[in-house]
Amino acid sequence: MINLPQPNQMKQNHKLTVIYYAILRDQRGIDSETIETEVETPLALFGKLKEEHGFSLEPEQMRVAVNDEIADWQVKLADNDVIVFLPPVAGG
Amino acid sequence: MFKLTDIAIDPSALTKTLKNDAAGAVVSFEGRVRNHNDGRAVDHLIYQSYEKLAAKEAEAILKEARERYPVLEAHCVHRVGKLEIGEVAVWVAVASAHRKEAFDACEFIIDSIKHRLPIWKKETYSDGSHEWVNCRHETEAVCP
Repeated sequence: MINLPQPNQMKQNHKLTVIYYAILRDQRGIDSETIETEVETPLALFGKLKEEHGFSLEPEQMRVAVNDEIADWQVKLADNDVIVFLPPVAGG
Repeated sequence: MFKLTDIAIDPSALTKTLKNDAAGAVVSFEGRVRNHNDGRAVDHLIYQSYEKLAAKEAEAILKEARERYPVLEAHCVHRVGKLEIGEVAVWVAVASAHRKEAFDACEFIIDSIKHRLPIWKKETYSDGSHEWVNCRHETEAVCP
């Protein structure tokens, strides 16, 4: 069966889990959250969360991981993806 | 071998576990919590890690070290949680036939760990204030 794209599927909500670390965890006040959203990329997701929670970091200062792999900021997010924004690291 | 641990690192016990009869050199490094940073008196540190990705990235770094340098063993242990002044935050050890490659590989590993591992450090200063290291926004004015 051919699955033709439906207009109402163009901007479908998907369920995403965001895990926060370090300064983002402090600024958000929680370790993780699951959200329903229609944003399609990590970049758009971070923009939306930054607006809501006033994160001090900019995407240019960070990397992003999707499902425990470093990902492109413009990758298409799918239902049940787990997203982690990585603040500048300071191990060692 | 890479490990994250929330209990105290004992470097000499770890180094003793490196047994390789072909190794003429063992170089190890321990990174300790110092009592000052950027001119401020530090009271303690908290390390947080994104465990799954940190483990993956660290194993990749150790693999790169083994490919770049003729080393026999390459290991790293990184502490997480709350650390007091003087405690060991990270331990790296390399064994090789000769010393040069062990020194070089050890330096490569600790430099890469610092730059690449998703581990974050929160410094609490003696005046009670605290800050996530490297997370200040570049445009934030530095007070004169």
